[in-house]
Amino acid sequence: MRRILRGLPAIIAVLAAVSMISFALVAFLPGDLALLMLGDSATPETVAVARRELGLDRPLYARYLLWLGNALQGDFGNSARSGQPVIDAILERLPVTLELMLLTITLSLLLSIPLGVWTGYRREGMTDRVVLSLSMVFVSMPSFLMGVLLVYFVALQLQWLPATGFIPLSESVVGNLQSMVLPVLALALHDVPVYLRVLRSDIIQTLQQNFILLARAMGLPTAKILMRNALRPASLNLVTTVGLGVGRLLGGALTIEVLFGLPGLGQLLIESIYQKEYLVMQAIVLFVAVGFVLINLLVDVLYVLLDPRLREEHA
Amino acid sequence: MTLQRLFGLVLPVTWLLFALTCVIAAPWLPLSDPLYQDLLKMLEKPGAALWFGADSLGRDVLARSVYGLRVTFIVSVGSVALGFVVGGSLGLLAGYFRGNVERYIMAGNNVLLAFPPLILAVAMMAYPGAAVPKLILVLGLVVSSAFTRISRVNTLRFAQQEFVMAAKAMGMRDLRIMLVEIVPNLLNPLLVFALLGVALAAVAEGTLSFLGLSVPPPTPTLGNMIGSEVSSLREAPHAVFFPAAVLFLTIFSLNRVGEYIQRKLDVRESAV
Repeated sequence: MRRILRGLPAIIAVLAAVSMISFALVAFLPGDLALLMLGDSATPETVAVARRELGLDRPLYARYLLWLGNALQGDFGNSARSGQPVIDAILERLPVTLELMLLTITLSLLLSIPLGVWTGYRREGMTDRVVLSLSMVFVSMPSFLMGVLLVYFVALQLQWLPATGFIPLSESVVGNLQSMVLPVLALALHDVPVYLRVLRSDIIQTLQQNFILLARAMGLPTAKILMRNALRPASLNLVTTVGLGVGRLLGGALTIEVLFGLPGLGQLLIESIYQKEYLVMQAIVLFVAVGFVLINLLVDVLYVLLDPRLREEHA
Repeated sequence: MTLQRLFGLVLPVTWLLFALTCVIAAPWLPLSDPLYQDLLKMLEKPGAALWFGADSLGRDVLARSVYGLRVTFIVSVGSVALGFVVGGSLGLLAGYFRGNVERYIMAGNNVLLAFPPLILAVAMMAYPGAAVPKLILVLGLVVSSAFTRISRVNTLRFAQQEFVMAAKAMGMRDLRIMLVEIVPNLLNPLLVFALLGVALAAVAEGTLSFLGLSVPPPTPTLGNMIGSEVSSLREAPHAVFFPAAVLFLTIFSLNRVGEYIQRKLDVRESAV
């Protein structure tokens, strides 16, 4: 706990800098922001209103503070086209992206933990060779390529699953999961090799430790040694990798949401750039970056839970 | 030759050399105009005349793949070169001077790392301007943080060693010590990462152009060829799969060669 509290000022500083960059990203767009956002629908009156709402008549720092103050209260302004509050648009799309990421991380771990432990245990074995060769292929495959392959073979050729289209969870659980299978698979197949290789090399190192030798000497069954004694100390780097992987996953989710027509944050971000909805873009960038920082904070907490030695270090 | 050596080094190097030659020699190769639309050949299957077939506007997929790969190479090599110079120097300064210099540089780096790279890149593509320089700038910034980290870690390792102390004792100026004594030691780890960085940048460029945020059409990029032809995937998978294969082979080869050199030079992963 103290470890986390000590890092708090640094995290607040990072969050402050993140908010400044998100603000600057839109504030420094060349040209009159109000005109840019309104586009063809601009009339002198609407431009004047937009200018006032954006605080364009004020100095930069005042605009930043105004924007930050509103953002902290959940007010990111309104969409220039539909008038819908930006925060509503984001909250509408967030669950889809969250579901996509949670399912992807779950599937990736379900695949990579047994494979990583086994290949680490039976190093240079048959499974190890096959898995490592395959992972070299998959890791070089950007998620949108994987998505296109899955659409072609699974959806178009075999016709097992729909290629695109999203069914909300509230409408049908089975339908929702069906529409998630290919997107999740496309993202997970890229992540599994990364996780697997991290875990494999840590398992190899852990298995050389004395306490594993002791467990063996005590006659514990191999499966128990691998999954109970070895996995926990070997999983620290994996946890960090998963935390950092969220960033890569968000990038992959952009293309996957567009390819499969999932109404998530990634799709909203792309739409907002095409439609010059800069307030939406700004809010998503801030939202995602803050989320990413918090997730990695969570990783630190998990670290302490996994490795009791860290708890005593600063006590 | 073992299989591992064949797939891990020989084939990837061959592909990269072949691809690079094609890309550089593209204007002199007997390729058709990548922008020429022959509507009679719309979605034509690969054959003797059109090796890779034609896309939904009747354009030659082979010629477009070669010119598309050109954009991939220019952008990814350019951005890595930029990231290499900027990140490498920042890391050198941070590791050599320590103190406040290090604090500010690493704080800036941490802020950069707080953004998922592609999200930041996508948002920055909203700025007007020519796509290729913009891409190089944006992706260069994104990859520079890794170079900063690697360069700093390695500078820290060398800055305390005797030969640097000796240079200091001899009254050598800081700039000269950095350039003559330290930089040569940084090149290996930085160059190893550079190859992997080019692969990362190629993925990022592919992703951005798949989303339509890179070089605008009709100029071909591998990503926008895949993105725009996905709608005719059923009738003409070749228009998607050929550029996809070219992109995959390039990324795969860069990764393989990068990892091979990494193993040979025994650069520790932890430093990367």
